[in-house]
Amino acid sequence: MIEQLEQIEANAMQALAQVQSSAELQTWQNAHLGKKSPLMLVIGNMQSLAKEERPLVGQAGNRIKNNLQTAASARAESLAVAELSAKLKAESIDVTLPGRPHSGGRLHVSNQVLRQIYAIWAEMGFQVYRSRDVETDEYNFQLLNFPVGHPAREMQDTFHTHIPDVILRTHTSPGQIHAMRQFCPEPIRVILPGMCYRYEQITTRSEVQFHQIEGLAVGRNITFSDLKGTLTDFARRMFGQGVRTRFRTSYFPFTEPSAEMDVECFLCSGKGCKVCKYAGWLEILGCGMVHPVVLSNGGYDPQAFTGFAFGMGPERIAMLKYAIEDIRYFWGNDLRFLKQF
Amino acid sequence: MKLPYSWIKDFVKTDLSPFEIARKLTFAGLEVEGLHYVGLPKPKNTMGTSVTGLEWERDKLVLAEISAINPHPNAERLVLVDLWDGVQQHVVLTGAPNLLHLREAGKLDKPMMVAYAKLGARIYDGHVEGWVETVLKRAKIRGVESYSMVCSEKELGISEEHDGIIIFDDTLPDNSPLPPAGTPLVDVIGDVVFDISLTPNMVRNASVVGVAREIAAICSAPFQEPSYSAEQSGPSIHGRAFIEIRQPQVNPRFTATLIEGVEIAPSPEWLQRRLRLSGQRAINNIVDITNYVMLESGQPLHAFDYDILQQRAGGKAPTLITRFPAHGEGLTTLDGKARTLEPNTILVADSAGALSLGGIMGGAESEVHPGTRNVLLEVASWDYINIRRTVQNQQLQTSQAGYRFSRGVHPAMTVRANLRAAELMRTLGKGIIAQGMLDEYPTPAQTVVVDYPLSACKRLLGLEIAPDEIVRILTALGFAVQVQTDSLNITVPDTRLDISSGVIGIADITEEIARIYGYDNLPNTQIADVMPPQRSNSTFEREERLKDLLTRLSLQEVITYRLTSPAREERLGVPIRYPYLQLAKPITSEMTAMRQSVLSSVLEIAANNSRTALSQALFEIGSAYLLDNGEQNLPTEQARLVMVLTGLREMPVWNGGAPAMKDYFDLKGLVDALVADLHLAAVSVVAAQHGAFHPGKCAELRVNGESAGFFGELHPNVCAVYGLPTEAVLAADFELSVLLNAMPSTYKSSGISRYPSIVEDIALIVDEALPAAQVSALIAQTGGEQLVEVNLFDVYRNESQLGLGKKSLAYRLTYQRQDSTLTDVDAAKLRTKIVRRLEREVGAILRDR
Repeated sequence: MIEQLEQIEANAMQALAQVQSSAELQTWQNAHLGKKSPLMLVIGNMQSLAKEERPLVGQAGNRIKNNLQTAASARAESLAVAELSAKLKAESIDVTLPGRPHSGGRLHVSNQVLRQIYAIWAEMGFQVYRSRDVETDEYNFQLLNFPVGHPAREMQDTFHTHIPDVILRTHTSPGQIHAMRQFCPEPIRVILPGMCYRYEQITTRSEVQFHQIEGLAVGRNITFSDLKGTLTDFARRMFGQGVRTRFRTSYFPFTEPSAEMDVECFLCSGKGCKVCKYAGWLEILGCGMVHPVVLSNGGYDPQAFTGFAFGMGPERIAMLKYAIEDIRYFWGNDLRFLKQF
Repeated sequence: MKLPYSWIKDFVKTDLSPFEIARKLTFAGLEVEGLHYVGLPKPKNTMGTSVTGLEWERDKLVLAEISAINPHPNAERLVLVDLWDGVQQHVVLTGAPNLLHLREAGKLDKPMMVAYAKLGARIYDGHVEGWVETVLKRAKIRGVESYSMVCSEKELGISEEHDGIIIFDDTLPDNSPLPPAGTPLVDVIGDVVFDISLTPNMVRNASVVGVAREIAAICSAPFQEPSYSAEQSGPSIHGRAFIEIRQPQVNPRFTATLIEGVEIAPSPEWLQRRLRLSGQRAINNIVDITNYVMLESGQPLHAFDYDILQQRAGGKAPTLITRFPAHGEGLTTLDGKARTLEPNTILVADSAGALSLGGIMGGAESEVHPGTRNVLLEVASWDYINIRRTVQNQQLQTSQAGYRFSRGVHPAMTVRANLRAAELMRTLGKGIIAQGMLDEYPTPAQTVVVDYPLSACKRLLGLEIAPDEIVRILTALGFAVQVQTDSLNITVPDTRLDISSGVIGIADITEEIARIYGYDNLPNTQIADVMPPQRSNSTFEREERLKDLLTRLSLQEVITYRLTSPAREERLGVPIRYPYLQLAKPITSEMTAMRQSVLSSVLEIAANNSRTALSQALFEIGSAYLLDNGEQNLPTEQARLVMVLTGLREMPVWNGGAPAMKDYFDLKGLVDALVADLHLAAVSVVAAQHGAFHPGKCAELRVNGESAGFFGELHPNVCAVYGLPTEAVLAADFELSVLLNAMPSTYKSSGISRYPSIVEDIALIVDEALPAAQVSALIAQTGGEQLVEVNLFDVYRNESQLGLGKKSLAYRLTYQRQDSTLTDVDAAKLRTKIVRRLEREVGAILRDR
């Protein structure tokens, strides 16, 4: 009887070695450990054995059953590993194929630049102040110290409208007067973004409308050196910690002294390149101390108050930073352009 | 404005290179746009400054002496000259027109000094248009050997002049003798032309003397003013001419001198060369002197033929009258143009009529001509605003006199320029100056004095500048300065009009100090002033939040032109509500007015992009300009939010099928997301009609009962006129303030229940016309707090099953409690309540499962 059991075990083990898949393993399970398997039949027929043989056969039967079950589990495990790895292998793909496109939304490049500028000035305590696009001659010019007939008006070609003295603002500076008249006599630190308009032909370098962003600080103790220091800090944050600045004398009727700030070319680090026309410097903004006439028009006593103002063009900055060669791209809004920023 | 360095150096002595001077001028506010080198060595590193011109080789371009002129044996239009270059004798062949008349001259009585280019010299090709460099080579011309040449101005890069070679005068401008043959040309006439762009406040520096004074101040160099004295030896001018000023406000000063017996001839070579280097033509000595003195002093002058004036006055002493034109009066100016005159045009006239446009351009009749013997020299002062208006009206922006007078020339300059020019007409024109000067000065300029506190530099510039340094700077610029205890008493020179008195004068003077001291020599400091009160700008902040939300929803922002034309906006097919704010002088017919529709702008962009983009989702936040009489003459600038969607819902991918096109519900989903994420309460969407939209696919968004605007699928006719694709174009046009004002500053969130939820589906048969939003609202209202989600997942139509004009709406309802487990019984009760209410209020029938 014991020999028969051992033969059953040997047969089962041999068959197990032939099993190659989970399905075959199931078939093997049924054949060798199922109710009608030779082993189970022997164990099931214990009653027919002699009394003294029963414990021996019972022990051997259970041992063999355990052996077979253990072997089957091990076989199942190795089959599962092999099968999973085969499955994964079959699932492999060309990982270099293009992914599903994600066309996330974005801000227009001009507003992206404006936001960078807002953020830097916000940290220095300058808050956004906006005013209207369509202005009066008084606010756009006269209150800013451009009297009627003044030659400085030629610096800003103006869109006049069918309503006398109503014009499209040529700069954001009328906002200086609005802000001063609103906040006087408190000190002021604001930045004034907005669309401006100039009577010009539309070319690769000039546009009829463009953004300006202007800053204004008014207080009892604000100097030209503060203007230089503050703008130099701005330039470092905007264009790179290492950039140098320089200030050239300029002229704007609403500031005195007036200056233009150049920033060391951030594309070539001042060595000279096509963008900076081999000067090593880029013209970035106009600035100056608020003219006493403008302070007075804003309600501030120029004997007691001083202030500085500066203005720059986000489109120009974007053109320099991203090598944009045609200003008409900005309002052309071709998605092939806008998606690059 | 072009000025030669050699001329500037007549008045300022400095050893700095022209390039270094140019850099300093630029930083002090006289922007040198370019340097044109005429012989002098060019800088190696131009640091971005435009540098043009030719550097003359010292050994190859020299002064030479012509001793004889002989005809060319084989060519009528060529001559051979015997030339000494300081080292050896040459025979040089030339076709110079200004030597041709001497072809038979042979040995000259007086040798002629010329500019000589040796074999291998680098010069400009005189025979081609523009500036082409060439190197002199050996050649045979009509049988005669040629290897060198005598040069014209063009060949040396001085001017375009190529009608003859340069023939030097015996003396230099300062009357010293010309150096001998063999001297390198660069040492004699080597030069650099500064091309300076002046801001409107700097017109005093539209002059050699002005620039020289600036250089003197910037470089601490000695400055020498020209001599303003004239040898007056003729009979007095008084009684022989008169001046009558009828508009003293426009013509504050008028001076005249009389120079008799002049000989009209070409100007000396050096004077012609200086004029041409400055971009002026040389005409004859008298006209050239008026231009020369204008360039030197900045004060324009005008020479009349005195005899013509006398004739016009019937042989009597002429009177120059400055006045406005009579009704309908015109004038033919020097350029041959017959001009009609605006009523406020200031004229110089005499008893017989108008002579010239005051301060801008002379008339044809009374100008100096080759037969002129006696010159009446006008030097006057004009109101800059009046002159500027005439310059613009008459399109005379190129007038050099008009340029200066329209920016303001101090009346004191008249006398200086008059004396300077008269003296030159005496020395160079062989005239005799009549004694005295006519000088009508009805509106004398006030001397400007500034009481300048020494504390002003610290207060305005942030740096204490030593009084000595301030005095040095201001004195160098021509100010008279008296030092007092804690202030300076500063008298503004009578050469400039840009400095005021009082508090403005303090700013004006501070700028003068700062720009000469050097902006870059001032420190960089932080603001030490008190921080202003910080104020929130809630409109701006909310708008920025909205933009973030829109980009998060995958919309691309566009910024469009705010200029448009009524015709462009008419295409929307809706009546325009207000009159347009029109441009007085449009640049193109496409842009004649400020827009009233932002939607129209964005649709144009969508149409342009539709040629290349498969899918578009655009938004713009921008203003419409409405002349609604809200703010007197100014339009209301109403901010709008416009969204436009079209094309594919998803971008095609290599392993996907054909993606679907966007439809109304893509836009509706966007609006829903907007409402949810902005936390807008009391929002309703109702079917609406709007001319630009599909009549069955248009909705109105209402917030707190107020209309925020319309959205939906664009009407196919509108798509067609905008050139938009035939597939659906979805658009929303909202008034921004309605959305922003409804954004709560805060809102409540809800907790997440730990108790299980019960989900069940119900289908309701309702009338086709019943809006789903109404059914959903009733369900939500009835379900109350325990109904946490209402999701419409199917709309089904089937006439045979449901009946005519009916539809089935299938909802998935989720019930849940925050504080306890909801039982099936509770859910069933709620459901019954909901269904009963729908049956009762909208006639809904619960569909069997």
